[in-house]
Amino acid sequence: MKTIIAMLATLSLIGVISGGGLAMLSSWADPLIAANKKADTERAIFLVQPTAKSYEPVKEVAFELYRVFDDTKNSLGYALPWEGNGFQGKVRMMVGVSADLNTITAIEVLDQVETPGLGTKVTEEPFRKQFKGLVAVPQVDWIKGVPPTKKNEIQTITGATISSKAIVAIVNDGLVHLRKDLTQGGVQ
Amino acid sequence: MKKQVSLAREYTKGLWEQSPVFKQVLGMCPTLAVTVSAMNGIAMALATTFVLVFSSFIISLIRKLIPSQVRIASYIVIIATFVTIVDLVMRAQFPELSKALGPYIPLIVVNCVILGRAEAFAAKNSPLRSLLDALGMGTGFLIALASLGGIREIIGSRTLLGMQVLPDAFEPWLIMILPAGAFLTLGLMMGFLNSMVERRKRRDEAAVLAQHMRKPAVAIMEGQEG
Repeated sequence: MKTIIAMLATLSLIGVISGGGLAMLSSWADPLIAANKKADTERAIFLVQPTAKSYEPVKEVAFELYRVFDDTKNSLGYALPWEGNGFQGKVRMMVGVSADLNTITAIEVLDQVETPGLGTKVTEEPFRKQFKGLVAVPQVDWIKGVPPTKKNEIQTITGATISSKAIVAIVNDGLVHLRKDLTQGGVQ
Repeated sequence: MKKQVSLAREYTKGLWEQSPVFKQVLGMCPTLAVTVSAMNGIAMALATTFVLVFSSFIISLIRKLIPSQVRIASYIVIIATFVTIVDLVMRAQFPELSKALGPYIPLIVVNCVILGRAEAFAAKNSPLRSLLDALGMGTGFLIALASLGGIREIIGSRTLLGMQVLPDAFEPWLIMILPAGAFLTLGLMMGFLNSMVERRKRRDEAAVLAQHMRKPAVAIMEGQEG
């Protein structure tokens, strides 16, 4: 009986002290962590919408979406965080779309675990710049081995076809949801 | 009674003789997973050392108060507390580093170097000795992870701590920053270092043997002469 009480008392005491200490630390750290996350999102929004001056979250849709404005508050389009499966794991991206949803302004890969040196090339400028001003109707297409001929086509990376196709798939999937929810909600 | 070693030995034994990575082969998960660059290795080792030092010290302080039936549970709670502290501070102050190390910071909780030292050392020794032991083990971990990360970074991406050290003409060996590169580097380093120690040990043995052999040998020679 005595040992049982000692066991309970020790574990409870350690738990209470640990929990209390962590609660205090957390109340200091949480605002900072939230600020870091916001700064990350903000940076990504302005990367995919380089001409934007301000942004606000769109509340009418079920997912995270930001509308961006120029300095006279004219809507320039949207910044859409979207994710999907890459070659080895989740790829999280920010996709910049024009106000009429027909053109992509730019894309940015936020998180990925692609193969270093091959799949990771999708985060590099030569691949990403293909998306600047890319026509996204009816959808983005990819072509392998030769430079793109159509306005809605990009060329996949040699040795990283699956990663390249994954990026295209994520962009298309995001656009489908964006178009559906925005026209349904009557936001436009 | 157990023979007490000097306090300095308590620290230095972790550096090489009982190096957590090369000798005890503990904590392999972070060792192999995060050492794609020297910076990652150093950050991981520092985070682990912080947790190791504080949890060893606290566990040693309260070692006589914890009933032995719940000691492992108590250790884990204490270790998890310090890991959460590291995780929160890193996410608040060093978001880039926290992103690079990803899930491996929370996973320090189950790093066997820490629980291993708690159970094998801190639970049986004074706080001062536990502190020195933890610092030594942490330093040993740092040496191992920094060198492993450094080698992999130089060959795998031509850089060291983010600065280019090999010319553009050198084609980086991608395998070095892939998981296979971690196994190759660790295996080769372990083999090389152990063979060095083995050679030194043999040389020392030979020297001691020669010293002991001399006298009788001389005596025999003298005897032959006489």
